[in-house]
Amino acid sequence: MIGAPLIVGVSFAYLGLLFALAYWADRRADQGRSVIGHPTIYALSLAVYCTAWTFYGSVGRAAASGFGFLPIYLGPTLVALLWGSVLLKMVRVSKAQRITSIADFIASRYGKSHLLGGLVTLIAVIGVVPYIALQLKAISRSFTILLGYPEVVMPDPAGEPPLWGDTALVVALLLAAFTILFGTRHLDASERHEGMVAAIAFESLVKLAAFLAVGLFVILYVYDGFSDELARAREVPDLQPLLSTSVGSYGDWFGISFLAALAVLMLPRQFQVAVVEIADERHLERALWLFPLYLLLINLFVVPIAIAGKLTFPAGAVDADSFVLTIPMAYEEPGLALFVFIGGLSAATGMVIVETIALSTMVSNDLLLPSLLARWRGLPPEADISRLLLLIRRGAIVAILLLGYLYYRLAGEAYALVSIGLISFAAVAQFAPAMIAAVYWRGGTREGALAGLAAGFSVWVYTLLLPSFAKSGWLPGDFLEHGPFGIALLKPQALLGVEGWNETTHCLLWSLSANVVAFVLVSALREPNAEETAQASAFVDALKPQRSAHLALWRGRAEIDELIALAERFLGPARARAAFVELARSRGVEDLERLPPDAETVQFAETLLSGAIGGASARVMVASVTEEEALGLDEVLDILDEASQIRDYSRELERKSRELEEATAELKAANLRLQELDRMKDDFMSSVTHELRTPLASIRAFSEILRDDPEIELGERKRFLGILVSETERLSRLVNQVLDLAKLESGHAEWQMEELDLKSVIEQSVTSTSQLFHDKGAAVFQALAEGEARVLADRDRLVQVMVNLLANAAKYVPAGEGRVEIRLESGAGVWRVTVADNGPGIPADDLPIVFEKFRQSAGNGEKPIGTGLGLPISREIIEHFGGRIWAEDRPEKGATLCFELPWSARP
Amino acid sequence: MSKRILIVDDEPHIVIPVEFLMRREGYEVAIARDGEAGLEAIRAQSPDLVILDVMMPKLNGFQVLEAVRADPALSSVRVLMLTAKGREAEMKKGVELGADAYIPKPFSTHELVATVRSLLEAED
Repeated sequence: MIGAPLIVGVSFAYLGLLFALAYWADRRADQGRSVIGHPTIYALSLAVYCTAWTFYGSVGRAAASGFGFLPIYLGPTLVALLWGSVLLKMVRVSKAQRITSIADFIASRYGKSHLLGGLVTLIAVIGVVPYIALQLKAISRSFTILLGYPEVVMPDPAGEPPLWGDTALVVALLLAAFTILFGTRHLDASERHEGMVAAIAFESLVKLAAFLAVGLFVILYVYDGFSDELARAREVPDLQPLLSTSVGSYGDWFGISFLAALAVLMLPRQFQVAVVEIADERHLERALWLFPLYLLLINLFVVPIAIAGKLTFPAGAVDADSFVLTIPMAYEEPGLALFVFIGGLSAATGMVIVETIALSTMVSNDLLLPSLLARWRGLPPEADISRLLLLIRRGAIVAILLLGYLYYRLAGEAYALVSIGLISFAAVAQFAPAMIAAVYWRGGTREGALAGLAAGFSVWVYTLLLPSFAKSGWLPGDFLEHGPFGIALLKPQALLGVEGWNETTHCLLWSLSANVVAFVLVSALREPNAEETAQASAFVDALKPQRSAHLALWRGRAEIDELIALAERFLGPARARAAFVELARSRGVEDLERLPPDAETVQFAETLLSGAIGGASARVMVASVTEEEALGLDEVLDILDEASQIRDYSRELERKSRELEEATAELKAANLRLQELDRMKDDFMSSVTHELRTPLASIRAFSEILRDDPEIELGERKRFLGILVSETERLSRLVNQVLDLAKLESGHAEWQMEELDLKSVIEQSVTSTSQLFHDKGAAVFQALAEGEARVLADRDRLVQVMVNLLANAAKYVPAGEGRVEIRLESGAGVWRVTVADNGPGIPADDLPIVFEKFRQSAGNGEKPIGTGLGLPISREIIEHFGGRIWAEDRPEKGATLCFELPWSARP
Repeated sequence: MSKRILIVDDEPHIVIPVEFLMRREGYEVAIARDGEAGLEAIRAQSPDLVILDVMMPKLNGFQVLEAVRADPALSSVRVLMLTAKGREAEMKKGVELGADAYIPKPFSTHELVATVRSLLEAED
C-alpha cells in the first residue's frame, strides 16, 4: 500500500534534492569552479526535450499505432547533423550580443524591433502554456493512479479534486518557487543559470533510468526476453498493428519528423538550454551524437512496454499512456512504481522549469518592458529599476505557471489538452523561417519578419488551434465540417481541397508556406536599412572574424558617466560598476571615468544592458543618452564593404610584400655585382692610366734631356732617340688597343665578314711577324691540315688575332732556341688553330685569367703578364666570329694558345 | 763625399733617363729592379736618397717605404716617390707613410733634379 504521505514525502524529498543540487552548483559557479563545464552535462540538458509527453505519451501512441511515435525523435536525430553550423552561428551571435531568448534573437536581428519581439513572445506563450498544462496534468494523474496501488484504477475524469487538495497546484507553486530561486538570481538573463542546468541534467538522467528500468523489467522479468514477448503478442490478433512494421503514410512520417526537427531548436526551452545556457561552444560537438543517443535509449523499450501493457490489461481498461506506471503496479513492484512516478515527475518538472524561465524572460523583456518604456518616454523615473525588473520577471514566472494550471483545470480531459504536443510544435515552428534566415540571408527586413510570423500564426490558429477547440466542444463544429459559411475550400483541415492529410502535416504545409512567402515577399519590398544590414552582417558572418567592422558601425558622442549611470539603473550599482571596471582594465585605462566614450565603450554598454532588458530595449536606452549619428544605409554598406575590402587588401599586401622581399634580395645581389664591376672598372682604369703614363714619362724625360743638353755624346744621343721613338710607338699601340677594345666591347666595331681560308690568314700573319722571330732567333713550324679551311670572318681582325698570338710567342720564347709551332686541325664542326711555344709557359692558376683585362696576379701592384690587352682583344674578336679561344696546359712547359672557329663549309 | 742615390724601378726606359740625370749632377747611382731587391739594397748600402717607384713586382713601393720608415737605422734615408700612380689619394698615402717627396709621372726633369738637390742639401 503506497499511501499519499509516502508519495508526497518522496516527491518532496526528490524536489529537495533538486534544490540542493542547484544550490550547490550555483555556489560552485560563484566560486569559479563550475560543475557544468562538461560537454555531457550540456547534452543531457538538451534532453529536456523529452517531457512527460515522452515518458507517458510515447507508449500511448505506440499502443495505438505502432511505430507512429518515432518521427518525433527521428527529426531531432537527423537535424543533429546540421547543428554544427546553424547552432554554432546562433551561439556565437547570442553570446556576442547577450541575447536572452528567441524573441530577443529575432527582434535583434531584424532592426531591434520591439514589435517583433512582442509578437514572438505572444506566439510562444499561446503555443506553450497548454504544453505546461499537460505536464501538470501528467503529474496529477500519475499521482492519483499510484495512490490506488495495488489496484489499477484510472482516475475518474469527472471527479476533480478541490483546489486546495490538488497536487497539480501544489507542484505548480513549488516549481514557481524553484524557478524564481534558481532562475532569477541576477537580472542579467543572458547569464547562465548553472544551478538550474545541473538540476535539469540530473533530471534527464533520472527519467532515462526510470524508463530503462521499466523496459528491462518488462523484457527480463515479465517475459523471458523479447522473443518470448513477441511470441505471446503474435497470439493476440488485436496486437497486429503494433507488430507490423508498416509506418503508415510516408507523408505523415516526413511531416512530423520535419516538424520535430524544427521544434528541437525553436521551442523556447530548447533555445534556452542550447543557446543561452551553453557554457562552451566546444560542447556542441559532443552533443551532436550524445543527444541522438539519449533519444535512442529512451525510446528503446517503448514498443516492448506497449505490447506488455496490451497483453497485461484487458482491452480498454487501462489507458496506454499510463502503462509505464501501471505495469509495475500490476506486477506488484511498489518500489519500481514509485521510481517511475519520480521519473515522470522529473520529465514534467524539467520541462516546466526551463520553459517558464524562457517564457518569463520574453514576457518581461519583450512584452512588458517595452510598454513600460513607452510610458516613461524612454527613461525610467526611478534611479534603480533593477529591482523592479527582477520583480517583473518573478511575477511573470508565477503568472505563467498559474496560467498553465488554469488551462489544465479548464481543459480537463478535453481533446485540446491531449493533442497539445504537436499543436505546440506547430506554433513554435513559425519561428523557423525568421530564425534560419537570420543567420543565412541578409535580405530579411523587420516588416518581412512581422508579415511572415503573422501569416504563419494566423494559419496555425485557423487550421490547428480552432479545430482543436471545436473538437473539445468549446466552439461549434460546423466550420470544421463544412468550412466557414459553408465554403468547402476553406475547411480548416482541408484547405483548398487538400483532403485526407494528417491535421498536423496539413497545418505545417499551409502555415509554413504562408509564413515563408509573406516573409520573402514583404522583405523584398524594400532594401534592408542600416540597422538591419549591420545586424545581418553580425549574424550571417558570425563565424568569420569581423569585430572591427561592427565597432566601426557606430558614430556619435557619449558621456561616460551617463552610460555608467544608465547601467547602474538597470543592473544595480555594484554589478554595473564591476562590469565597467573590467572593461577599463581590458582597455588599459586606469579608472572608469577615463574610459574613452567611443564606439567600443558604447557597444559594451549596449551589450551589457541587452542581457538585462533585451537588445531592442537596450538600444533604445543607450540611444537616449548618446547622440548617435544615424548611419545611412550607404555608409553602413560602405563600411562593411571596406571591411571586406580591407581583408582582401591585407591579403594582397601580404602577397606583394613577399614579392617585394624577393625583389629586394635580387636587387641586393645585382648591386653587389655592379659594385664589383665598378671596382673592376676602377682597376682597369688605373692600370690603363699607369700603362699610358709610363711611356709618356719616358718620352718626356728623354725629350727634355735631349733638349737641355746639346753636349750629349752622339752614341748616347742616338740611343736615347731610339728609345724615344720606340716608346712613342708603344704608347700609340697602347692607345690604339684601348680604343679598339672599347669599340669591340661596346659593339661599335665595324666588321667586314667574308668567307676566307684560314691558311691564308696564317700565312699572312707569319709573314708580318717574321722579323720578330728572326730577331729573336726563333723558328716557326707549321702543321696544317689538308685542303682549304673555310671560315666566315673579318680578315683583318683574324690576322690581328694571329699576329697577337705569334707576337706573344715571339716575346716569351728563349732567345736563340725559340720554337713556335702553328697547328691547324679540323674538329667537330670547327677549325682549330694552335700556337705553341717553348717559353716559360703560363702557370696553371693563371690559365683562365690570362684573357682578362682585369687580371691582377697575386700580390699588390705587380705588373700584369704580357701586353695586357692583346689577348682580351683577341677573345672579343674570336667570340664575335662564334668561336672560342683558350690557353692550355702542356707537360713540356711553354704556352699553348688555341682558338676554334666554326666551318663555313664542309672541308 | 758625393751623395749616393738608389733608383728602384722595374721600367728600364725610366731608369735610363733618371740615371743619366743623377750622374750628370754628380751623384753616385745604384739600381734595383724590383721592391725586394730595392729593400735589400737600401739596408745594405744606406743610400742618402732613394728614388722609388710604386708599381713593381715582388714588393711595391709603398711596402718598401713602410719597411724603411719602420727601421730606425734607416731614418736618415730620404725617399722620393716617383710613380705613375699620381692620384691625390695615392700622393697623400705616400706622404703619410713617410715619403719626403712625391713626384708623379710623367715628370719634369728640372723638377726632379731640383727636388733631389734640395732633399740632399737639407741634410747638411
